[in-house]
Amino acid sequence: MNNTEHVSFLEHQGKHKGILAWILSTDHKRIAFLYMYAIAAFFLVGAILGLLMRFELIAPGETIMKPQTYNGIFTVHGIIMIFMVVIPGLSAVFGNFFLPILIGAKDVSFPKLNLFSWYLFMFGSALAVASQFLKSGPPDTGWTFYAPYSTTTGTSVIIATTAAFILGFSSILTGLNFIVTVHRLRAPGMKFFNMPLFPWSLYATAWIQLLATPVVGITLLMLIAERLFGIGFFNPDLGGDPVLFQHLFWIYSHPAVYIMILPAMGVITEIIPTFCQKKVYGYKAIALSSLAIAGVGFLVWGHHMYTSGMSEQARWFFSLLTFIVAVPSAIKVFNWISTMYKGSIDMKPAFLFALAFIFLFMIGGLTGLILGSVATDIQVHDTSFIVAHFHYIIFGGMGFAFFAGLHYWFPKMYGRMYNFKRANFSVIALFVGFNLLYFPQFIIGVQGMPRRYFDYFPRFQWAQILSTIGGVILFIGLIVMIYNLVKAARSGEKAPANPWNGSTLEWQLPSPPSIENFDEDPVVKENPYDYN
Amino acid sequence: MSNNSPHITDYKVLAKVLLVLMFLTFVTIEITSIDLAAFTVTIALLVAGIKSFLVLSYFMHLKYENLLLKILVTMVFVLFIIIVLITFIDYSFR
Ligand code: HEM
Ligand SMILES: [Cu+2]
Repeated sequence: MNNTEHVSFLEHQGKHKGILAWILSTDHKRIAFLYMYAIAAFFLVGAILGLLMRFELIAPGETIMKPQTYNGIFTVHGIIMIFMVVIPGLSAVFGNFFLPILIGAKDVSFPKLNLFSWYLFMFGSALAVASQFLKSGPPDTGWTFYAPYSTTTGTSVIIATTAAFILGFSSILTGLNFIVTVHRLRAPGMKFFNMPLFPWSLYATAWIQLLATPVVGITLLMLIAERLFGIGFFNPDLGGDPVLFQHLFWIYSHPAVYIMILPAMGVITEIIPTFCQKKVYGYKAIALSSLAIAGVGFLVWGHHMYTSGMSEQARWFFSLLTFIVAVPSAIKVFNWISTMYKGSIDMKPAFLFALAFIFLFMIGGLTGLILGSVATDIQVHDTSFIVAHFHYIIFGGMGFAFFAGLHYWFPKMYGRMYNFKRANFSVIALFVGFNLLYFPQFIIGVQGMPRRYFDYFPRFQWAQILSTIGGVILFIGLIVMIYNLVKAARSGEKAPANPWNGSTLEWQLPSPPSIENFDEDPVVKENPYDYN
Repeated sequence: MSNNSPHITDYKVLAKVLLVLMFLTFVTIEITSIDLAAFTVTIALLVAGIKSFLVLSYFMHLKYENLLLKILVTMVFVLFIIIVLITFIDYSFR
């Protein structure tokens, strides 16, 4: 590469100047940055709300807020984290930035639609935030909006569901864009089975986004119609069926949990071979297991409803299907570990984050099986065991994968390198804080600590205190990580094109890449993870 | 992909499809006046299924697209049917 002439996409001078050069840009890399800064801001807000809940729970009874405030805060925390952070997170940031590059394309198929998705995302997010400040008070239904309570509560449910509806559209359009991009824009000579595995996982995710999201859209519209016009879909007083709401909601929201985790698995699958300098083990198995997860993931939603009065037959059937979906997830874990076996491992921060991911994801996944079996789930449903389960998967999984990806691709995105010591410190603080925060919740969950409660019996206090301490450590880890990265983005050392000796296409480009990504046609390898 | 020239469907074919669609709409309305208990909905859904098939194949030109696209769209419908069936494992045994 001839670097005297190289102009990176960050310095590229287009039609517009200043902030307009960003918010009117259709370059997939700039859009990725737009998403990243927005999502980072929302994440911090969500995290602070989480900390507030932790301080409330440090002692039984009222400590820093009233019960209704607590209801509002856990709802808002859930809406922000689920709909505005983890569902868009990996696809919108790293997917946008690296999907075209990894398959050797100059951009996504529909760059303008891509920018439009970001505007929808911001508009939906603004509405969600606005719902907090209206006179009727923040919604207090939990992020799941269960009927019939959500059809009767006086809080701003309509605004919040409209927000989720619009955010859903943003997600659908991103999915559509990625599907078409993978089908049409692969570099000449790159077949499906020559693609790296992060694109594979994005492709599977995109199908879920496209097919599942409309269901929640319609469900939320039905809810709004019921509130506004008194149509009896869900409220039994009007002849409706509240369990129907749960069916419709989870037909989307279970697949949605795979929207969160599949790209995370993809990121980890990129990182592990690089830091082991070894071909990924079982390429095809990993690629196809992404599709299998996407497919079977559509059929297991009923495991959220074991205690809601569903028929006996439906319960055992959903339990069976839930156990089946664990198989492809386990395949991936075995493949990552086999890839590490006898590799020349290099413990860089990104790799440490990936290891933390595997550990935390396994705890999350295995406790998922406890929940998948009807008998045990009935014991722990709606306790803090559930809270621990999904935080292990979503934060320990998706969250840590995001941090891993950030440390892996940071030099490529900014052309600068961060400080390793500080990064290692943040991995450790995040990991220790995380486990201290959520593991005790498993224990008191089994003992009967309900979730979404503002008060509790004194015998649970020991665990709540540990959790709050863990929360503070976790938050410190976050601050150190963010400080480290912001500092590096501004004044870090210049990063080389391929600091980790990676083998996929992004590492053939200068850091940061030029606006068109590939000035010459990329060389496509038979196996993208070939280190010879 | 191979077929980049826009396909032109004969107006007569389109008109015939339109007639069939209108007839099927009529069937959907009439079916409600015959008492078939739970089967009313089943038949209404079947008719709606046939209608969407016609719209997709002719009006949206799926009939003239490549095989991969046909398979993908078919899979989506299969998935949808499976989801509805599974939901009824709950409703029919309650
Ligand atoms: C092996 C895989 C998994 C299994 C078997 C599993 C099983 C379950 C079950 C049965 C529940 C319902 C528990 C209850 O409410 O009583 C549940 C809740 C939940 N799971 Fe998982 N899960 C798995 C993976 C995941 C993944 C990958 C995610 C997200 C990325 C996730 C996110 C959630 C969330 C958010 C909830 C709670 C929803 C709520 O009620 O607010 N799970 N899981
Ligand atoms: Cu689920």
